Amino acid sequence: MREGVTETSRSVYDLHMTIFWVCCVIGVIVFGAMIYSIVNHRKSKGAVAAQFHESTTMEILWTVVPIVILVSMAIPATTTLLAMEDTSNADMTIKVTGIQWKWKYDYVDGDAAGVSFVSSLHPEHNEARLLGADADLSKFGDHYLLDVDNPLVIPTGKKVRFLLTAADVIHAWWVPDLGWKKDAIPGFVNETWTKVDEPGVYRGQCAELCGKDHGFMPIVVVAKAPEDYAKWVAEQKGAAAAAEASADREWTKDELMAKGEQVYTTNCAACHQANGQGLPPAFPAIAGSAIATGDAAAHMSLVLNGKTGTAMAAYRDILNDADMAAVLTYQRNSWGNDAGIIQPAAVKAAR
Amino acid sequence: MSTATATHDDHHDHGPAKGLMRWVTTTNHKDIGTLYLLFALVMFFMGGAMAMVIRAELFQPGLQVVDPQFFNSMTTVHALLMIFGAVMPAFTGLANWLIPMMIGAPDMALPRMNNFSFWILPFAFTLLLSTFFMAGGGPAAGWTLYPPLSLQMGDGFPFMIFAIHLAGISSIMGSINIVVTILNMRAPGMTLMKMPLFVWTWLITAYLLIATMPVLAGAVTMLLTDKFAGTSFFSAAGGGDPVMYQHIFWFFGHPEVYILILPAFGIISAIVPTFARKPLFGYSSMVYATASIAFLSFIVWAHHMFTVGMPVVGELFFMYATMMIAVPTGVKVFNWVSTMWKGSMTFETPMLFALGFIIMFTIGGFSGLMLAIAPADFQYHDTYFVVAHFHYVLVTGAIYSIMAAAYYWLPKWTGNMYDEKLGKMHFWISTVSVNVLFFPQHFLGLAGMPRRIPDYSVQFADWNLISSLGGFVFGVSQLMFVWIIVKAIRGGEKATDQVWEGAEGLEWTLSSPPPYHSFTDAPQVK
Repeated sequence: MREGVTETSRSVYDLHMTIFWVCCVIGVIVFGAMIYSIVNHRKSKGAVAAQFHESTTMEILWTVVPIVILVSMAIPATTTLLAMEDTSNADMTIKVTGIQWKWKYDYVDGDAAGVSFVSSLHPEHNEARLLGADADLSKFGDHYLLDVDNPLVIPTGKKVRFLLTAADVIHAWWVPDLGWKKDAIPGFVNETWTKVDEPGVYRGQCAELCGKDHGFMPIVVVAKAPEDYAKWVAEQKGAAAAAEASADREWTKDELMAKGEQVYTTNCAACHQANGQGLPPAFPAIAGSAIATGDAAAHMSLVLNGKTGTAMAAYRDILNDADMAAVLTYQRNSWGNDAGIIQPAAVKAAR
Repeated sequence: MSTATATHDDHHDHGPAKGLMRWVTTTNHKDIGTLYLLFALVMFFMGGAMAMVIRAELFQPGLQVVDPQFFNSMTTVHALLMIFGAVMPAFTGLANWLIPMMIGAPDMALPRMNNFSFWILPFAFTLLLSTFFMAGGGPAAGWTLYPPLSLQMGDGFPFMIFAIHLAGISSIMGSINIVVTILNMRAPGMTLMKMPLFVWTWLITAYLLIATMPVLAGAVTMLLTDKFAGTSFFSAAGGGDPVMYQHIFWFFGHPEVYILILPAFGIISAIVPTFARKPLFGYSSMVYATASIAFLSFIVWAHHMFTVGMPVVGELFFMYATMMIAVPTGVKVFNWVSTMWKGSMTFETPMLFALGFIIMFTIGGFSGLMLAIAPADFQYHDTYFVVAHFHYVLVTGAIYSIMAAAYYWLPKWTGNMYDEKLGKMHFWISTVSVNVLFFPQHFLGLAGMPRRIPDYSVQFADWNLISSLGGFVFGVSQLMFVWIIVKAIRGGEKATDQVWEGAEGLEWTLSSPPPYHSFTDAPQVK
């Protein structure tokens, strides 16, 4: 097991190693007795079977001794568990939402309050895994599938409280170096916390089967020293303001198509495929589909709200107006579709 | 002890009917036992083929063989087939063959229901497998079918639910039959505390099945109405709770785990004394330990869901209760080792599988104890460490015990000895390859690889490659098992009635193969 980078992860690691060695010692004793018996008490060596078949003393002994060992294990385990579940006195709170198949982070309070972004599998990794057997994975080093477009950034030395929830199905947020995982459940909020002391990049991924691309929703946490963290917060706020402004202007078709392709690759291609043909019957084609070539409002509403009972998620909270307009335009004008462009302003109005 | 003789059924026509209809209409416990065992073998190979697809995809990083959705249906259906199609029917088959012979009865108590409970199964699994050809494909939400994910399944969803209902009905009927047989048809003098442990463990298992199968049926029915009737049992949007499904499921699921292992304890408790030529050590403590495990199995379910965000008191309770299971399980292992101690041991194939069981099941028990520690489970949960753990207890546990049983009683069933040399080869190849297959998965889990993913980071590549190689060898070597059985059915050295020098119990007083109606005159047990 990884020792990790928090106090919690280190005490979990210690528990793991203690119970591991306890098991090893018991194993040596039990298997030792068994092997001694197998070697020495065999018929081919002329062993004659004894006929004893009961001993209350022994039965009591091997009931009581394990109980004592278990109690001595339960005490440190209880202490660690109580510390892990204590989310009080947090310095800041981040809301984590699991979405098929990406994570959304909302900074609830503190300097970064209001910062919000979606974190998905890094486009280069996504492209590689969609290539299947032809992909060259060597360029990713040890991080193939463990890189994202927008990592979660937290300050070092601060107790960060996480509120976990999900938009569609159950996910689980797991970064081994932090020492725990916790389920993100639609309609409910789970609480947990971490405090990272050393700046660094810590990687993990979704740990609860959440559908087709469960294996492709990594988590990257970047812990930054407080002053670097403050810089990052300022950048994020600037970027958010710029995105807000861009939604109000008129976009050209080329701009929308270029951005749309990007958004499509990140959000849609896993199911509907890069060529728009989908993976029928579970994931329908967009190329030539009635929705993507028909009424613009219906198309927009489907992508905004999703389709219940299927894996089609609601993208209302995942894509901003410009991204939404771009991806809709891209879908309506690619692979032989020719159904006109949609402006960010129209999306804004439809919300 | 008196012996029933093979000549007894000569004077009226009680032999099996001829042809195919013998197997369709049979009410004979041996024929039905054979059907169950063959069905389990077929399912074992189908589930095994799916495991091969999984290991082929995980052979190296990148997606080479299947798409992720199909990969998920492979893991899901592999589990459903192995649990409900292979291990459970195999144990029921053994119960059918052996319980009447062990308690001195002519047949099972409810023979027509026995026929019905078997013949439901092929339909149940045909329904389940047919979903692969429907819009949306086979089930892909894991065998636990957690909502809301399981509700995203396509047209096959109701067929899968109905298949589970049918398999459950079959299990309940089989269990009722076993309980009634054991409680009513024992030979005179066979008190409960004189029953062979296989009979005891099955009696307790049957009660577990009767208690928990309806719970599973209820849970999946609620899934069905959530999908089609607009109920919101498991949807927060309608006032329900997705976690409630997990509580209900594991209230079934944890006893289910013991349903898959208690009969194995009975088998090992029969085989070890035979080949140690020494009575089982601590018979009564074995019975009490089995009963304690069964009781504890009802109060530990939430250790499968430590990460769902339970109140800390709940987590503590389930942690302590789970750790307690180590006590009666330990008692069993200690008793087996003491049975061997100062025995006069020989190592025929059944004994080899039994010894393999004891060592590797105990390794699975150790990782189970580690998983019980809730704070550590926050790291282990849903990783390959868990996959390694339950394959050690289910493959080298449950399945090894079934193979041990097959070798042990095959001479009795067929009247012919199996090929001992091939049997030993089967054991050694299986044991080496199964450890190459599953042991590295501990390392993968501890290094941070989640379960149920079709593609992984390059850092996990080496152990996955080794694990896959072990998997392929283990998969192919099981064909030896089939060949050995076929060979023994066709002929071979004739088995004596006693078969094994140290074997004790009523089934060994019957001829090999035994008469069609085991004991037509009840033997007297002293």
